[in-house]
Amino acid sequence: MRQIRSTAAAFFAGALFATGLAIGGMTRPSKVLGFLDFAGAWDPTLVFVMGGAVVVYFVVHRLVLKRGAPIFDSTFHLPTRKGIDARLIAGAALFGVGWGLGGYCPGPGLASAMTGALGPIVFVCAMVAGMWMDRVLRPSSRRPS
Amino acid sequence: MTFQATDAALGLAGGALIGLASALYLATHGRIAGISGIVSGVLDRAGDWRARLAFIVGLVAAGALVALAKPLLFEGPVASLPVVAAAGLLVGMGTRLGSGCTSGHGVCGTGRLSLRSVAATLTFMATGALAVAATRIAGGVQ
Repeated sequence: MRQIRSTAAAFFAGALFATGLAIGGMTRPSKVLGFLDFAGAWDPTLVFVMGGAVVVYFVVHRLVLKRGAPIFDSTFHLPTRKGIDARLIAGAALFGVGWGLGGYCPGPGLASAMTGALGPIVFVCAMVAGMWMDRVLRPSSRRPS
Repeated sequence: MTFQATDAALGLAGGALIGLASALYLATHGRIAGISGIVSGVLDRAGDWRARLAFIVGLVAAGALVALAKPLLFEGPVASLPVVAAAGLLVGMGTRLGSGCTSGHGVCGTGRLSLRSVAATLTFMATGALAVAATRIAGGVQ
């Protein structure tokens, strides 16, 4: 029963996330590329989406952390790594190039995967392949959970 | 189509939903709602891979449902399919190397005031803008 409720809660969170992406315009690559295109007719929509998301998360996540533990786990699992290193910057730089070429980041790509268009499917398959390649190239990166 | 006032309002509303969904995932499962991290956790069969898979299925299913109700909220890619495939490879590799994407670093990490995430977010926005500029110079986007 607990397993079912946990799975249902994760499903609902994912569904809510996708709904927010779609309402915010993030499942339209032209909007994303418009934000990244400073030489053209700059489209600030993404600023509002990210701003809204960051502010809400900032406030609500503090309330959540006041509980001692999450509902379906015994403890919170928050990132502990500190400091900015070359790996972080190199990875973010590569990701940004892919984002700017295709107009998709992982969330909108997946949310668009079953909408009938071929592009998002190609994107998601290539993204998963890229994750596999990273695992092959850096075998030590396989994280214990 | 260019930016309009409704885009700002819808953007804020959509962003608020994204923030709520991410905070909900923290409340229920105690983890950062970073999409690239959730996907790779499924691939790695991490301990909580069932919950991660459920999140992804919810994301894909809700996207499909919203697209049925409001098809105009979804567009195909601007770029050609080979470029989209190359973009996907870069996104997959880059998000693993850099431990996150727009959601994990951009929304959750920045919302937690993590310096690492702010640095990552500024970096991927800068190289994203460079990629768009390069595409423009190459004559791809108009």
